[in-house]
Amino acid sequence: MRNRAVVFLVAAVLAAACGGTNGGGGTTLSGTASVFAASSLSDSFKALGTAFQAAHSGTTIQLNFAGSPTLVTQIEQGASADVFAAADTTNMDKLKTDGFTAADSKVFAHNKLAIVVAAGNPKGINSLADLAKPGIIYISAGPTVPAGKYALQILANAGVKVTPKSLETDVKSVVSKVSLGEADAGIVYTTDVTAAGAKVQGVTIPDNVNVTATYPIVEVKGAKNAELANAFIAYVLSADGQAKLQSFGFLPA
Amino acid sequence: MRAERVPVAVAILAAIGAAFFLLPLLGLLIRSPWRDAFTALSAPETIEALKLSLLASLSATAIGLLFGVPLAWVFARLEFPGRDLLRALTTLPMVLPPVVGGIALLLAFGRRGLVGSWLDSAFGITLPFTTAGVVMAEAFVAMPFLIITVEAGLRSMDRRYEEAARALGAKRWRVFTQVTLPLIAPSLFAGAVLCWARALGEFGATITFAGNFPGVTQTMPLAVYLLLETNQEASYILSLVLLLVSLAVLVALRHRWLGSA
Repeated sequence: MRNRAVVFLVAAVLAAACGGTNGGGGTTLSGTASVFAASSLSDSFKALGTAFQAAHSGTTIQLNFAGSPTLVTQIEQGASADVFAAADTTNMDKLKTDGFTAADSKVFAHNKLAIVVAAGNPKGINSLADLAKPGIIYISAGPTVPAGKYALQILANAGVKVTPKSLETDVKSVVSKVSLGEADAGIVYTTDVTAAGAKVQGVTIPDNVNVTATYPIVEVKGAKNAELANAFIAYVLSADGQAKLQSFGFLPA
Repeated sequence: MRAERVPVAVAILAAIGAAFFLLPLLGLLIRSPWRDAFTALSAPETIEALKLSLLASLSATAIGLLFGVPLAWVFARLEFPGRDLLRALTTLPMVLPPVVGGIALLLAFGRRGLVGSWLDSAFGITLPFTTAGVVMAEAFVAMPFLIITVEAGLRSMDRRYEEAARALGAKRWRVFTQVTLPLIAPSLFAGAVLCWARALGEFGATITFAGNFPGVTQTMPLAVYLLLETNQEASYILSLVLLLVSLAVLVALRHRWLGSA
């Protein structure tokens, strides 16, 4: 949490510093863009950022990951962000309603959810109903975090009543507590299960109760480097960017 | 006494330094929606977080007194190899990033931790995601403040009273409880208040080790942080409450820090 604040401060300072020296604007892309992206995008956006920087030398994509509502708060409190990528439309709409977006957002990916359990599934969790079994420690992201909201929808769809032991501030914390063995199960994105590696595995949630997560992206109003921000958004939406996202398990926009 | 003449540069830098501390406080005071203060404070989730915070921080302080005072006594009175190292290790959480403390607690007392896995298999006790976990996280971070304060008290007290009591035939335990403890009462009080204030404000170790669930592990600082995302006015008000508590602690301990009036 505090680490995140530090990252965000560093990002803000760097962005401000770079913005100052590259304020001229020209046809070639330069300088730094701060991209605030939902936690579930951590691995894929790091790869996208690296590829984008390689294609446009002299540019820096500064990434800040947190739960979508945390990012909205940071931007509304004056964090210097150029791009915002959310894991649901609710948080994007909030930013838009509050007047912090420069344009209409564009959907760049979809995602499905799965139950994450420890590798080998030691507690034998094979369905959503198993989450409510006695002795199972189920945790979730908080209800304002997209993953937490989707989890509530899925449990309601399946008619399963289970109270999480903890409401984590972002989806990655849910995965890490399951991978540490502190919790038995959580509902996270399928891409998180893949990204977490060998310590965890996924249990498929049937399509008739699963929900589809929608990921919108937008240029933030007052972006210090609007040109670079839009170039990065265009890259995420391009065939190349889409292929990268799909290699991480995201579904096409 | 002649009044000190302040060099201009020093005055300017000092003023900037003071403004750095005063402006955030001013921001909280100005931006807090005073009219909604009662609504925010009487909201069920606020009451829940307040109750939990009080319960957990007082429990952490009690644990601090129970184990910290003996530890302080050992540090102040016994000479043994490795004492300085042990003291350094037990006061490490004062400078350790709390999140690191939380991770370390997980590795020791988590379900797969050194002691935690045994607690789980032998007794079915798991500490993460429980109020007991919150108390542990708070005690881990806050107890060192009590230890060093009490140790300083023990070192500076006049030991002749203890010797006199011993000479009059009092047993060691009686000397400790009826002579030593009353003599260091001011240090005990200051240490306990510091420990309690630090426990009340604990965030990083708590959210890492104990998680976040209203009424069970969501203490005031966690509630303040999360409210910033959903109800900013309420989070300002709760911040003010914590600020007032901190101020009260400063006032209670003013003779220690600000020099006696």
